[in-house]
Amino acid sequence: MPPLLKVIVRRTLLGLLTLLLVSIVVFAATQALPSDTARAILGREATPERLTALREQLGLNRPAIVQYGSWLGGVATGDLGDSLVAKQPVTALISGRVRNSAALVLVAALISVPLALFLGSLSGLLRDRGFDTVVSLGSLTLAALPEFVVGILLILLLATQVFHIFPAVTLLDPQVSVFAQLKILVLPSLTLVLAVAPYIVRTLRASMIEVLESDYIQMARLKGMSERTVLGRHALPNAVVPAIQVIALNLAWLAGGVVVVEYLFNYPGIGSALMDAVSTRDLPVIQAITLLIAGLYVIFNLVADILTILVSPRLRTGLQ
Amino acid sequence: MSPERKKGPQALHGPGLELSEEVIGPGFENVSAPRAQGDKRRSEWVQLARDAIGYRRTKIGLVLVLFVAVLAIFGPLLAPNTPYEFTGLPYAQPGGDALLGTDHLGRDVLSRVLHGGRSVLLLAFAATAIGGFLGVTFGLVAGYTRDAVDDTVMRLLDVVLAFPQIVLVLLFVSILGPKVWLIVLIVGLTHSPRIARVTRGATLEVRERDFIKAAEALGVSRMRIAVGEILPTITSPLLVEFGLRLTYSIGLIAALSFLGFGLQPPAADWGLMINENRIGLIVQPYAVFVPVALIAILTIGTNLVTDGMARAMIGIERDTGAA
Repeated sequence: MPPLLKVIVRRTLLGLLTLLLVSIVVFAATQALPSDTARAILGREATPERLTALREQLGLNRPAIVQYGSWLGGVATGDLGDSLVAKQPVTALISGRVRNSAALVLVAALISVPLALFLGSLSGLLRDRGFDTVVSLGSLTLAALPEFVVGILLILLLATQVFHIFPAVTLLDPQVSVFAQLKILVLPSLTLVLAVAPYIVRTLRASMIEVLESDYIQMARLKGMSERTVLGRHALPNAVVPAIQVIALNLAWLAGGVVVVEYLFNYPGIGSALMDAVSTRDLPVIQAITLLIAGLYVIFNLVADILTILVSPRLRTGLQ
Repeated sequence: MSPERKKGPQALHGPGLELSEEVIGPGFENVSAPRAQGDKRRSEWVQLARDAIGYRRTKIGLVLVLFVAVLAIFGPLLAPNTPYEFTGLPYAQPGGDALLGTDHLGRDVLSRVLHGGRSVLLLAFAATAIGGFLGVTFGLVAGYTRDAVDDTVMRLLDVVLAFPQIVLVLLFVSILGPKVWLIVLIVGLTHSPRIARVTRGATLEVRERDFIKAAEALGVSRMRIAVGEILPTITSPLLVEFGLRLTYSIGLIAALSFLGFGLQPPAADWGLMINENRIGLIVQPYAVFVPVALIAILTIGTNLVTDGMARAMIGIERDTGAA
């Protein structure tokens, strides 16, 4: 097997192993903790008969390993069990939510990634000038702020106290696609953009500065290449490579970051579904959503790892 | 090897906690000197602090952090009312006795703001300290032992990394209930892989240096080398990492309170206040805006100080050519 393929296969297998361990953590936290799951769900006032019935329903009388096996088997075949509260299949319950969250994350990613790449590389190029100072301090400040703080400040600024442009709370018409109701997406996705972009900006600025100081850029300039070729063909592509990992990390973070933002804006996605499920202790829903979010993280990271290997000549050739 | 590792946690306990407390304020001078070569390393600390303070952003950050910390710590002494008594109608406008108006139940917002900062500060520090202690322990063990142990520890920590921090907290809270100790513990746990990566990376570099080889040749136990020789050498990157984790801890702890999983009503807590009063945002914005602004000032402050330390560290590295 060629070395490059070998590395990719190895990484993929490790990713699958991590996914398997992740599923064990999710299962163990919800169903195999030493606490009495049935009592946790039903509360203190539950009668013994109801407890017995629920244990039966959840299969809690079986050994943990058997429970895990049947749960994982279900996950693999797309059967995530039935919601304890809504009494219907989890997949049916959350599929619409997944679509809504995906729309939110997609919009946030499509805005933040190009914007951050542009601001970061320009900032690195104009190092220590006015533009760079503003971008650097701005990204340092924004990176410090928790996303719900950003969200509330945006609500105060754009939806209530100063301007009244956008709705502060989501009233989504479930019959119509989210993309047809763009105004609702603005504040939540803007919050996510402001939460994610600063990290990408800072990474790209640093790597741009490093690349511009490198020998091969000096060489290219000495050879008399136009500044445009130097930047476009040599500096930028190399500066973006370290940012790939950071972008993947941040996209993965978005999948979890939606929890607080969706709760704040009352946006009907997986984040608010998770919050609802936690407050009603709807175990199958909690398991499904946490597994989905963690799974996305593993997959994003895996793709970023492989992409980094493929696009950086040093890594690619270093393997041979 | 195994009895040494068992002793690990106790022996590391002191430094782990000290490090994260150092990030709080300017008290770098009173760092207890590590056993061997104490003076030399002490001067490294002092130099990092001195260089960091040279940046304007560090000074601004320190002022911001001190402002919020003083307000949070001494606030309860200055509060005109207890945080629980009703002083007016719900969502009363600022004016008269209530400088910032009243909250959704008619309690004085100013008094609740002055009482509500201690919990945020305390819980965030506790979570960072736990994360620091666990992370440094895992990182030193993984970085200084090789192969199998290293692989296993880092692989297991990768699993923790796969969960966004807030999701892992929710996962455990959903079964064990919204308990404050649980939240602090899990937030600390979710920090540990990130701190462990930094510790491991720094340890890997130091491990090959001559003074470590010399200590190994002299037959000093690996435990003592890890804690007595390696740990004092990698304090600079760890300090920066702790600053970063502290910033995130504040945000996470406040966010969890905001989601309703932190302190429970009627407690006065900034995150909880934001949640309780956000329905009245249009009528009485101060009950939300003031706690939000204080959390923002605090995290911006800790992040500026951290960035100043990071810059100072890079400067020191360039000067001495060392890691």
